[in-house]
Amino acid sequence: MAAVTSVGETPLAVPARRQAGMQAGRRRRLNLFRYVVFTVFGLFFALPLLAMARFSLEGAKLGTWSLTAWRQITSYTSSEGIPPLISAVEITLELAVITSAVMLVLVVPTMIWIRLRVRWLARAMEFLCLLPLTIPPIVLVVGLGPIYDKIAHLSLSALMLFWVYVILALPYAYRALAAGLSAIDATTLSEAARSLGASWFSVIVRVIVPNMWDAVLNALILTWALVLGEFTVAFFLLYVNLQVELYSISRNTPDAGVIFSTSTASLLFAFVLLLILSYVGRRRRAIRG
Amino acid sequence: MAVAATTRTGARPSWAGRRPSVPPWVGTVPFFGYVAVFLLWPTGIVVYEAFKNPAGRFTLSGITALGNSQVRGFFIGSFKLSLISSLIGAVLGAILAYAVASGNPDGVIRRLYLCVSGVLAQFGGVTLAFAFLVLIGPVGLLFHAGWYFSFPWGITVIYAYFQIPLMVLVFLPAIDGLKVQWREASENLGSSAWQYWRYVGGPLLLPAFLGALLLLFANALSAYATIQAWEDAIPYTVPQQIYTSMSSEVGLANINYADALALGMVVLVAIVMTGYALLQRRAARWLR
Repeated sequence: MAAVTSVGETPLAVPARRQAGMQAGRRRRLNLFRYVVFTVFGLFFALPLLAMARFSLEGAKLGTWSLTAWRQITSYTSSEGIPPLISAVEITLELAVITSAVMLVLVVPTMIWIRLRVRWLARAMEFLCLLPLTIPPIVLVVGLGPIYDKIAHLSLSALMLFWVYVILALPYAYRALAAGLSAIDATTLSEAARSLGASWFSVIVRVIVPNMWDAVLNALILTWALVLGEFTVAFFLLYVNLQVELYSISRNTPDAGVIFSTSTASLLFAFVLLLILSYVGRRRRAIRG
Repeated sequence: MAVAATTRTGARPSWAGRRPSVPPWVGTVPFFGYVAVFLLWPTGIVVYEAFKNPAGRFTLSGITALGNSQVRGFFIGSFKLSLISSLIGAVLGAILAYAVASGNPDGVIRRLYLCVSGVLAQFGGVTLAFAFLVLIGPVGLLFHAGWYFSFPWGITVIYAYFQIPLMVLVFLPAIDGLKVQWREASENLGSSAWQYWRYVGGPLLLPAFLGALLLLFANALSAYATIQAWEDAIPYTVPQQIYTSMSSEVGLANINYADALALGMVVLVAIVMTGYALLQRRAARWLR
């Protein structure tokens, strides 16, 4: 397939240069479209956040500015003396790493394998991956109760949340990966690799996955965002993660603005982390490509 | 890239041993095993409990309760809100995803939108509802929207705040899959931009678009905290009803009723998914 494409590219390049006038016009229109879209959506996304940030900086009197609500996040300490926020951040980061690793190892090879060899299972997998969204987390928690009782016998660490977080992340990760996988011609790639003697392991890890790396990165970002923002399941299973800790901070201080400073802080934290993740992911892709 | 990878692996053909005795579906066992324990098992418990009364005896009262007009109202409300917010989110998200994809693949704008989308796709609950309240609510900083508390439009605007970013993330890889050569080829054949989207780009993206739409639909269906914080006096959707019946403080908590409602949601999604599968078969008929 690759050979055909490269042969096809040469004659295409010539007319492209000849019609430079039309190309430039289209590019101008495209750029105008992009700037309008970015501005409109940027405003839509930024304004509520700014409103929230403004409210977290509200002083004692309406209309004044103050940093009190932000100071209370860092000054909050538990009875043992260590700031519990630090350990909550630590546990949440570990959870994000474990969850995304398990999710990738579990879903990516299975999905490619089903795509290549067991097509008739594709619909079943899609349904199962969507199912977690249809069951409200609180109901899932009720159903998971007995299973988590057994797990709690072995370990009480909040890290055990990753078992259920993988399930919660399935719908998002699946859809992101499916979009990437269907955009490449997996069958032809695998046939080419197989006929050159590659093992199925090589086909999946060294041929297909590098071709859908952007989709893998998107799935990672979605999984991390989910773990960083998850509250319901952790709260009801009585584990402490970042969101639960922030919730208890806002509960234990009299200042009403704290809930908005903590939310703003957790959003900023998640954003910076994802930005770092995307840079690391891009660099890897650059080496690969 | 594919060529480089295949030639590299071609260097050791001895690993490519065939084991014909093992059927190919065995490779999917780890995934389905995991899902069975942590998803199907809890779901099974929910379904099983839906057929029992609080005393633990078998009954159909939870299921028959799904038929009464009040409960049907919750399902219709959920369906309406999910459908409208997923359609709006999918269309606007697709436009934004196209704008993002048509730029520099390693550019700042793309990276920024990708990360912002990741964060906002999971953002919700009290703080999201409040952010919109102080922005466009009755005493909003920006303006006062008269429709802010009207169902479903007021809440749809709030839902769009996480539906659009989710669409961008799940749809971007599909748009990236559109090859420049296809566009150039159709232009060389004299097609207009409209014709390109109508006959080439649109049909290519349709299966991925439908899949993303389904995800957005289910995502809106299961959302609870946001709508509860938006208007906690009037319940509109099924999840609100589930939470109420599970955590009633006046001793009326009825887990089995909640389980029956959850079962109803699973059935609703199964119905929507069947429709999606039929559409998908038509949309992807010409694909291999």
